[in-house]
Amino acid sequence: MLPLLALKEIHIGFNPLKFAKHMARSSKIIERDEVVVRFSGDSGDGMQLSGSLFSNASAIFGNDISTFPDYPAEIRAPQGTIGGVSGFQVHLGRTEVYTPGDYADVLVAMNPAALKANGKWVKHGGTIIMDVDSFDEKGMRKAGYVSDDPIVEDKLGDYNIIKAPITALTKESLKDMGLDNKSILRSKNMYALGLVYWLFDRPLEHTNKYIKKKFAKNPAIVEANLKVLKEGFDYGVIIQAVTPSYHINPASIKPGKYRNLNGNTAVAWGLIAAAQKANLELFLGSYPITPATEIMQELSARKDLGVKVFQAEDEIAGICTAIGASFAGDMAVTSTSGPGLALKGEAIGLAVIAELPLVIVNVQRGGPSTGLPTKTEQSDLMQALHGRNGESPCVVMAASSPINCFEYAFYAAKIAVEHMTPVILLTDGFLANGTQPWRIPDLKDYPEIKAVRPTVAGKDWLPYMRDPETLVRSWVKLGTPDYMHRIGGLEKDEESGAVSYDAQNHEKMVQTRADKIKKIEDFIPEQDILGHADSDLLVVGWGGTFGHLYTAVEELYSESKIKVALAHFNYINPLPKNTYDVLKGYKKIVVCELNMGQFANHLRMTFPEIPYLQYNKVQGLPFTVVELKAHFTKLLEE
Amino acid sequence: MSENCEFKYTDYKNDLRVRWCPGCGDHAILNAVQKAMASLGVEPHNVAVISGIGCSSRFPYYMNTYGFHTIHGRASAVASGVKVANPNLHVWQITGDGDALAIGGNHFIHLIRRNIDINVILFNNQIYGLTKGQYSPTSKRGFISKTSPFGTVEDPFRPGQLALGARSQFFARTIDKEIKLSVAVMEEAAKHRGASIVEVLQNCVIYNDNTHEAITDKKHKADRTIILKHGEKMIFGAEKNKGLVMDEDHNLKAVTIGEAGYTLEDILVHDAESYHVSMHRKLSNMEYPELPVALGVIRSVKGVSYDESVNDQLEQIQAQTSVHTFEELVNSGDVWEVK
Repeated sequence: MLPLLALKEIHIGFNPLKFAKHMARSSKIIERDEVVVRFSGDSGDGMQLSGSLFSNASAIFGNDISTFPDYPAEIRAPQGTIGGVSGFQVHLGRTEVYTPGDYADVLVAMNPAALKANGKWVKHGGTIIMDVDSFDEKGMRKAGYVSDDPIVEDKLGDYNIIKAPITALTKESLKDMGLDNKSILRSKNMYALGLVYWLFDRPLEHTNKYIKKKFAKNPAIVEANLKVLKEGFDYGVIIQAVTPSYHINPASIKPGKYRNLNGNTAVAWGLIAAAQKANLELFLGSYPITPATEIMQELSARKDLGVKVFQAEDEIAGICTAIGASFAGDMAVTSTSGPGLALKGEAIGLAVIAELPLVIVNVQRGGPSTGLPTKTEQSDLMQALHGRNGESPCVVMAASSPINCFEYAFYAAKIAVEHMTPVILLTDGFLANGTQPWRIPDLKDYPEIKAVRPTVAGKDWLPYMRDPETLVRSWVKLGTPDYMHRIGGLEKDEESGAVSYDAQNHEKMVQTRADKIKKIEDFIPEQDILGHADSDLLVVGWGGTFGHLYTAVEELYSESKIKVALAHFNYINPLPKNTYDVLKGYKKIVVCELNMGQFANHLRMTFPEIPYLQYNKVQGLPFTVVELKAHFTKLLEE
Repeated sequence: MSENCEFKYTDYKNDLRVRWCPGCGDHAILNAVQKAMASLGVEPHNVAVISGIGCSSRFPYYMNTYGFHTIHGRASAVASGVKVANPNLHVWQITGDGDALAIGGNHFIHLIRRNIDINVILFNNQIYGLTKGQYSPTSKRGFISKTSPFGTVEDPFRPGQLALGARSQFFARTIDKEIKLSVAVMEEAAKHRGASIVEVLQNCVIYNDNTHEAITDKKHKADRTIILKHGEKMIFGAEKNKGLVMDEDHNLKAVTIGEAGYTLEDILVHDAESYHVSMHRKLSNMEYPELPVALGVIRSVKGVSYDESVNDQLEQIQAQTSVHTFEELVNSGDVWEVK
């Protein structure tokens, strides 16, 4: 699969621009179905912008894409150090891509630290573009190199290294434009970006348009960026005689309007869509926490659509204001990450016993305690299921791709409102920050969301009367005459809702609340099996690992005709009705999770007669397709 | 708030049996709140009463309004959510010294700072009653209780000072058994736009009986308390011959008119509406026996409430924006078409 190509270092000691126009495009083009590009540099080098512009240009070109940013937890980590390296990875393909890719085909390294941190993530024989100007004595030492030759030291001799004097050429390009040195140096990322555009033969139009719009208030910056981007591209033209470039055909993509979307924005928009469908006002009570904050920021900006966001004094107030808003009649949401979910536990119990609709979005990160705030993990599952006092069941569901965060936020809100229950929606740092092209949906294709309202007159109505089928009580908007009622966290009489300490009544209420949640299985889709259902091996996953698990299963078959079945869960509590039928009958079941086995244990508790193997990773990183394929192959061979 | 008083206080009562201890101050406060609501003419279905945990927090169950008995300390947060979700509701928070000032301290100060239009009735009995008698954040230093058998070694909060420190625009104080004063104060609190804090000196008949007796006792009340009225001289005493003046160190001093050269002219006038907080702080900090305890409305400053500002901002942005629907939102920005 890998190109064993031109293992050369290219040194350019002359001004390449003078020669650019006289040279034709190289014929040395690598045809690929998919490719992974990683942009990396100092956190101030603008790599996130370069990466997302390249991703968008590729998506518009017609490739399917999946991206993931990787930046330090510190806002301004020391310049030039490994801790300060900021990266952005994009995976593009002519067929569908489900992950941002494990290893990169192309690495852009703007400084020695970027190379040091990312060299090991480049496929053997891949292409590395480095800004040679930053590889001076000082930069090399800061990055931790002990020799003067990073290529030798990192054993990158078999790689296709493009040593481009990006800093010098950017300075040269902009020297007569009257810009200050800082602004000139800030344009370096556009030079690198231009070079990558050449490498993949991407058109510049869309990016030019974007730059003009983004810097509209500063024409000099627009001009500088456009010039440097173009010259970066032209630099590629010059070196093409000795450098291979890539060609990836467009994917066959369903017609429609598209945009790139990350998981956090998708959650925010899914909630807005749900509120619109339900004809309810949307209220978010929340407190900033990495990596969930962007949900709150996006909804804060949506005052144009009437969204009310309450930035609370702490996590507890975040959920409690949401519970108040739900009691009053709004579609109420709180967003958080693991430590925040821990603080919200008691209040979730209040929503459980009061039977109020509430969506709790938990963007998982590495734990325990503060843990790894910017890294991904799936270790809040047990907390979501059980992290409360008393018998306190609520719905737990999980999104499995950045863009399906939209769907699952929508359905979380629908279930909350229609079943009068808190719903915990689990996403994770990987989904939250990853992007994919999103086909803009027509809300007409989404189901209605119907709040459960009283069906009897106020004088005959009691707050805990239930629909006999769903066991759901009805919800009254505060301010409605004749339906005044009191609710609370004390156990309540089964119908009137009045405080009750009666022993039999308590047991009945505990059972009723559990049954109400269990009955939701009639309203969610059955679990499907992907890949090859007739395999001896069933891979079980849930949430954000879908892309890696699915790609591994697909590649095992396409590369080696190895058949593996995959059951990837989005509904955790209740589980889909047919879960037992899905799990039974396999010789081996391996539950793969980014934790120590929480879903495996959930399944063990639910279906103890089935034996489960586990494959776990707790490094703050997603699985790699490579390690999954190796493990599944080994399991089939054993 | 409608002007016509078409409601009786019994319209806010429901038929649930009130389960506070006989003789508890809470009964009188319930009565006062219901009378204040009737006098204000608020329709019961437009009232939401939110409480936390503690004896006082059973309050919503006894109201024929919307009510929510939430969790310990969080009533301010829940009430804030209710008010922001539906600013047309009249939202009352019922809380105690433990609920508001210990476990709920953070929410209490932020409710005040944001100035959300909620009427907070703070029952201060200086004890944890529902857990049967432990000291609270308002118990005096040295107070003996089940968790301080040798006396506490910590100083109490002064609720008024705490509220004013959090930039309270409305602070008042009353006594549980002074129903007439309580009704008047609660009416003022309800009319105030923004967070109104009413501290009620409440007697726990079982675990801290007579804790306020030194000032609430009928025999001494007139001489040991002062009922403040905006724009009027700060005069008190059974004989109405005592008043407050400022001494040379800018501290308040109680004097007798006609003694030591003090005349009626010297007595300070209460200005509850002054934005400056220093006099209000001095008044709210007055403690017997040095000074009379201030009752009535100590501070009432007009301002803009949080909920009003939220709605103003929503209206303003919606009038200006080019994004009016979900469809316009998702189609704005970097969108491309695949044909």
